[in-house]
Amino acid sequence: MSDTVTTPPRRKHYLNVDYGIKSWLLTQDHKRIAILYLISITFFFIIGGVMAALIRVELATPLGDLVEADTYNRLFTAHGVLMVFLFLIPSIPAVLGNFLIPLMIGAKDLAFPKLNLGSWYVYNLGALLMVAALLRGGTDTGWTFYTPYSSTFADSEVILTALGAFVVGFSSIMTGLNFIVTIHRMRAPGLTWFRLPLFVWAHYGTSLIQVLGTPVVAIAILLVAAERLLHIGIFDPALGGDPVLFQHLFWFYSHPAVYIMILPSMGVISELIAAFSRKRIFGYKFVAFSSLAIAVLGFLVWGHHLFVSSQSIYAGLIFSVLSMLVAVPSAVKVFNWTATLYQGSISWQTPMIYALGFIGLFVIGGLTGTMLATLGIDMHVHDTYFVVAHFHYIMVGGAIMGYLGGLHFWWPKITGRMYSVFWSKIAAGLIFVGFNLTFFPQFLLGYMGMPRRYHAYPEEFQILNVLSSAGATILGLGYLLPLIYLFWSMRYGERAGDNPWGAYGLEWETSSPPPTLNFDEPPVVTTEAYDYLSLREKKLA
Amino acid sequence: MQGESSHAFGLAHHFDSFDQQREASYLGMWVFLVTEIMFFGGLFTAYVVYRSGQGAAFAIGSHELDIVLGSINTAVLIGSSLTMALAVWAAQTGRRKAIVAFILATILLGGLFLGIKVVEYSAKFEHHLVPGPNFHWQGPEAPGVEMFFNLYFLMTGLHAAHMVIGIGILLVVAILAWRGSFSPENHNLVEGIGLYWHFVDIVWIFLFPLLYLLGRNIQV
Ligand code: HEM
Ligand SMILES: [Cu+2]
Repeated sequence: MSDTVTTPPRRKHYLNVDYGIKSWLLTQDHKRIAILYLISITFFFIIGGVMAALIRVELATPLGDLVEADTYNRLFTAHGVLMVFLFLIPSIPAVLGNFLIPLMIGAKDLAFPKLNLGSWYVYNLGALLMVAALLRGGTDTGWTFYTPYSSTFADSEVILTALGAFVVGFSSIMTGLNFIVTIHRMRAPGLTWFRLPLFVWAHYGTSLIQVLGTPVVAIAILLVAAERLLHIGIFDPALGGDPVLFQHLFWFYSHPAVYIMILPSMGVISELIAAFSRKRIFGYKFVAFSSLAIAVLGFLVWGHHLFVSSQSIYAGLIFSVLSMLVAVPSAVKVFNWTATLYQGSISWQTPMIYALGFIGLFVIGGLTGTMLATLGIDMHVHDTYFVVAHFHYIMVGGAIMGYLGGLHFWWPKITGRMYSVFWSKIAAGLIFVGFNLTFFPQFLLGYMGMPRRYHAYPEEFQILNVLSSAGATILGLGYLLPLIYLFWSMRYGERAGDNPWGAYGLEWETSSPPPTLNFDEPPVVTTEAYDYLSLREKKLA
Repeated sequence: MQGESSHAFGLAHHFDSFDQQREASYLGMWVFLVTEIMFFGGLFTAYVVYRSGQGAAFAIGSHELDIVLGSINTAVLIGSSLTMALAVWAAQTGRRKAIVAFILATILLGGLFLGIKVVEYSAKFEHHLVPGPNFHWQGPEAPGVEMFFNLYFLMTGLHAAHMVIGIGILLVVAILAWRGSFSPENHNLVEGIGLYWHFVDIVWIFLFPLLYLLGRNIQV
């Protein structure tokens, strides 16, 4: 590009170094790839949300009057598949993690920039397969693809959807691999492991799960597709095959996968709590290691999904106990966050509202999880709305709250602009209220015995269902608002400055938006993470 | 951005030194191999579960495999690992032509392995031992034998697919080596594909006894 004399020199950053579609589609800059991911996952969040809306409209009345049973099955399958594989799993890692990890560790980029871009294309290829399946009528197996229904009986687009999940899984593996190598090999001088932000620790744990777990679900899904495609009977009891083997392979990944969804969110919360209480996270090392503990223990509990699937009573007992063990590192995090708040100088900025909302909702999700891990209780509430409420408290109440909190926290860094504080607080409030109204009644419904995955229900359940549908409307509105004011801010928002929150961390030391190579001077780290004490002293001096 | 003046040729823009670049690339390869272990691990689990339930049928199945061809293939593959290791050594010592020669030898042996596999597969096809509608087996253990062949084809098929991919990458690496892209301090690609090739080899070292040998001592 040639410099013209007439225009004043503009600071170059990653957004304005280059324009044009090609400079985006072929970029190797982790920050631009994060934006590409942001666009893709937002798109699928909206589609998945529309499916959820249809589900809730159907469930507003006891009769199945909006859609037929079969259509309903296809709806909740699409909702689950899109939300889990195309939105929530990539959400924080591929967007915020991608953008921030190199910044937080003082690197110029991830270790493998081409692999990073490749992962986005692989993601979209998988997404394309799933969309093709949807356009051809969708899949009716549920996002869990349970055999033998999926392999032998289902008369819908199982193969396309399954292959889509298979392919998207590889993008997830690529991201995880890239993070692991980056965190090991690309840290700035002086940035020891125990000086890393907890966000990075959380992503390290997440990446371990992605790398260890995803290949297993990949092979399980591949086997289902092969069974249908080639008419062979891997899970077919007539050949001595075992349909429950699929459940084992599936949950060996998919239970850890719920931690792929929640761990990054916990990483975000650690950053937010520290920044808005102006304190170092209480018990830093415990929080750091709890991420690893969750990653490891998460692989030992998959059997709690099989309590009523012909698993032996002894296996059930062991899985029950192990599952309760996972609650320990999760609780460690919650206690340490609360201890950090104690005597902190707390400011009620929008990201902090999300962080506090996260803690409350995650605690409810986690406690009900422990209830479900209790063999006796699970016999009663398995496959009821209690389960649906439980995992939405974690995945929507926890993970999405963390994602939105993080997005609001780092938005000024990503775009260089500030959004409307007023509207963002309104949205956070709506989301919190709407969420609880949507999903708390589902705990009661489930406990009263309303099974999940039916399009009709007995009349006595209607009041709670109407409450839930009303809550979903508020929740939907709450999700719509950020879409509007964040977009708006990109053009009309005030310039944010490099460190609008006065937060501590390498990412706040570079300019907003950051230059393509992240730092003008290669950073050298000499302090602990969250060293707010010295920051305050420096200000006073 | 790529060709910043301060950066040596072959050093990517985001790395500070060749050491860092090399360590990143090795670690990346190892992590990738871990994912591969988990990937095959799912199939091995299925094998263990099904074999524990129907050992007799699996023993019958293993008698149908061609142990001579299987043994030859094992030797061929181990030989290819040797030539691969020699290629890496040539890269470490900066002998361009030797890299190309050893990689070509590796490709040749890999191709031989796949060729023998094709012969084995087509014999199974002729004997109606390929699972699916055309599978045919007389006797009470028919379902278990079909399951054995399900696993046989899936496991060796997945393994063969990895060989094909490996050969493709080796071809590219051979061309790059011919053009002189590697030096003693910068030949990560050769090391990487070497690790991959050895891994694929090791998978076969497990597949061969599990499928061909176990249960062969039992008279059926
Ligand atoms: C916008 C708010 C949402 C609403 C109103 C909503 C509503 C629902 C409803 C009513 C069901 C039950 C369908 C049935 O079994 O009868 C369901 C299932 C499910 N939802 Fe959501 N959902 C929302 C967001 C999400 C998000 C963000 C995720 C991402 C993880 C998610 C993941 C799932 C999963 C995995 C299932 C289970 C699918 C199945 O196995 O049936 N949901 N959702
Ligand atoms: Cu679980």
